[in-house]
Amino acid sequence: MVTPNPFSAMFGRSPFQPLLAHIVKANECADQLLPFFEATLAGDWGEAARVRETITRLEHEADELKTELRLNLPSTLFLPVSRSDLLELVSVQDKMANKVRDITGIMLGRSMRMPEPLAQPMRDYMRTAVACVAQARQAMEELEALLESGFGRNVSDVMHRLIRELHVLEQQADGQQVAIRRQLFGLESELPPVDVIFLYKIIDWVGELSDRAERVGSRLQILTAR
Amino acid sequence: MSIIAQHGEIFIILACLFGFFMAWGVGANDVANAMGTSVGSRAITIKQAIIIAVIFEFLGAWLAGGEVTATIRGGIIDPELLEADPQFLVYGMLSALLAAAIWLLIASAKGWPVSTTHSIVGAIVGFGAVGLGLEAVAWGKVGTIASSWVVSPVLAGTIAFVLFKSVQHLIFESHDPFAAAKRYVPVYVFLVGFIVAMVTLTKGLAHVGLDLSFGQSFLLAILLGLAIMGLGILMERRVKYERRADDHFGFSNVERVFGVLMIFTACAMAFAHGSNDVANAVGPLAAVISVVRSDGVIDSAALVPWWVLVLGGGGIVFGLITYGHKVIATVGTGITELTPSRGFAATLAAASTVVLASGTGLPISTTHTLVGAVLGVGLARGMAALNLGVIGTIVMSWLITLPAGAGLSILFFFTFKGIFG
Repeated sequence: MVTPNPFSAMFGRSPFQPLLAHIVKANECADQLLPFFEATLAGDWGEAARVRETITRLEHEADELKTELRLNLPSTLFLPVSRSDLLELVSVQDKMANKVRDITGIMLGRSMRMPEPLAQPMRDYMRTAVACVAQARQAMEELEALLESGFGRNVSDVMHRLIRELHVLEQQADGQQVAIRRQLFGLESELPPVDVIFLYKIIDWVGELSDRAERVGSRLQILTAR
Repeated sequence: MSIIAQHGEIFIILACLFGFFMAWGVGANDVANAMGTSVGSRAITIKQAIIIAVIFEFLGAWLAGGEVTATIRGGIIDPELLEADPQFLVYGMLSALLAAAIWLLIASAKGWPVSTTHSIVGAIVGFGAVGLGLEAVAWGKVGTIASSWVVSPVLAGTIAFVLFKSVQHLIFESHDPFAAAKRYVPVYVFLVGFIVAMVTLTKGLAHVGLDLSFGQSFLLAILLGLAIMGLGILMERRVKYERRADDHFGFSNVERVFGVLMIFTACAMAFAHGSNDVANAVGPLAAVISVVRSDGVIDSAALVPWWVLVLGGGGIVFGLITYGHKVIATVGTGITELTPSRGFAATLAAASTVVLASGTGLPISTTHTLVGAVLGVGLARGMAALNLGVIGTIVMSWLITLPAGAGLSILFFFTFKGIFG
């Protein structure tokens, strides 16, 4: 329908605020992973269940933010970045929260308790993965300054530096993954075989979490490139 | 000719009434968009916007409105062909005014898009083509005006693009954006003053008794620009650097410096809008006056009498004070994504284009020019999100307003013809 004032109708709703809100939510979700892990190590399944409920709630809220962003992005909206790149970015961001939920779901469902020798390496490994998510969020926070400067070079440099640090963190996580798998390989004959299979699965999934965080960084680079 | 001698006074009174009414409509509806970018970027408050608009719309109308008024008065309808029945021109201009003013009321009430410029030009072409015959309309001029309606948003967009790119390279990309802003913003202030002064002076202020050569105008424009730049430098001294935790580039401070600049561009925009849109109200009035005063002889080279522009400017201000401030508040608060640096680029681009059009005597739509300017900033990656559907709305407004204005005007023309003979 014809709107009364073409001038007022021209200013559309910016998708960048919701985008940032989404990754903040995904980061909050990932931050719950370590408390969950500590609860499982202590055998406190009640506490673990409570933390998992928080994770599920945060993941649903992230989903809602993602849906709202998609609904408010008509194809007639003129953006300083590619619309499809933006939609891809929010999908990839969302997958981080989904992965955290999957990891905690299996661990809670099978009442998985990490074997004693693996506890500390696993804790460090998870900490690295969560740090990857936090780094991705930090890079996204530069997006606001980037928009303000009209995609100026000095802000992009800062953003790309943060993304490079994200790559380094992800490689660190990869190294930790190899070490833990080797350790588990040494222990696997002493443990119930089905549990061992699922332990490998959890190690894989935590690795995927840091992979997805790194993918957010790559998508962000693609988004802001000319 | 005797009809003019008989009813001349009535015609002039009617024309003044309708003209003032139309000017009131411009002040009530149109000014809000002209001040929209300035209020929307939060650089000036609504109260400041109204004060600026009151002063500068009037100045623009009085000092620089002459050329466009002359076009509407005698540029669209060829006066030579009306030597035999000059009263038809009077009927026509009265009907055009009445038609445009009534269309303005209807469209505003119903929430349809309305352009005062398109209404009046459509109305004049309407009564000319149908009431007087196709040869009465200067189609060449009409073609030029129509093409200016397409060229002005494009030109404003281009200027806005270049302006924003310059702001981005000179200020946002420097190592110390705040210092760069303090250094370059005075130059932009000079640019604002110079452009407005230059175009206004070269096109002649003969109707206020000031006739300067090109060289004199150029020098005076530079002096005025420098004076305004000095004022700008004094005002920006008061902006102090504030460190904020979430803004390590200091961009919010840059925006505050641009806020100072926006005060000047808001004045320029109000001036430009007044200069172009006053003609919509008083152009037909000037036509009626020149026909009646010269007892039927139509002289398109005669100057527009100064009091006509004052009446128009006064009407705009009156409309602004009585109703326009509400519309400004609505438009301004509805815009959330505009910062002073963007607002500056769009507003100066639009103001320059409109002032240039006023100087060349072309009536254009300020709203569409502003839309073009904002799109230009968007192309330079300066805006977060813009609705391109607005272009469709603009085209629709051409398709609706032009026939509506023409239709109403034709109706009233034959009514007047019936009443007065």
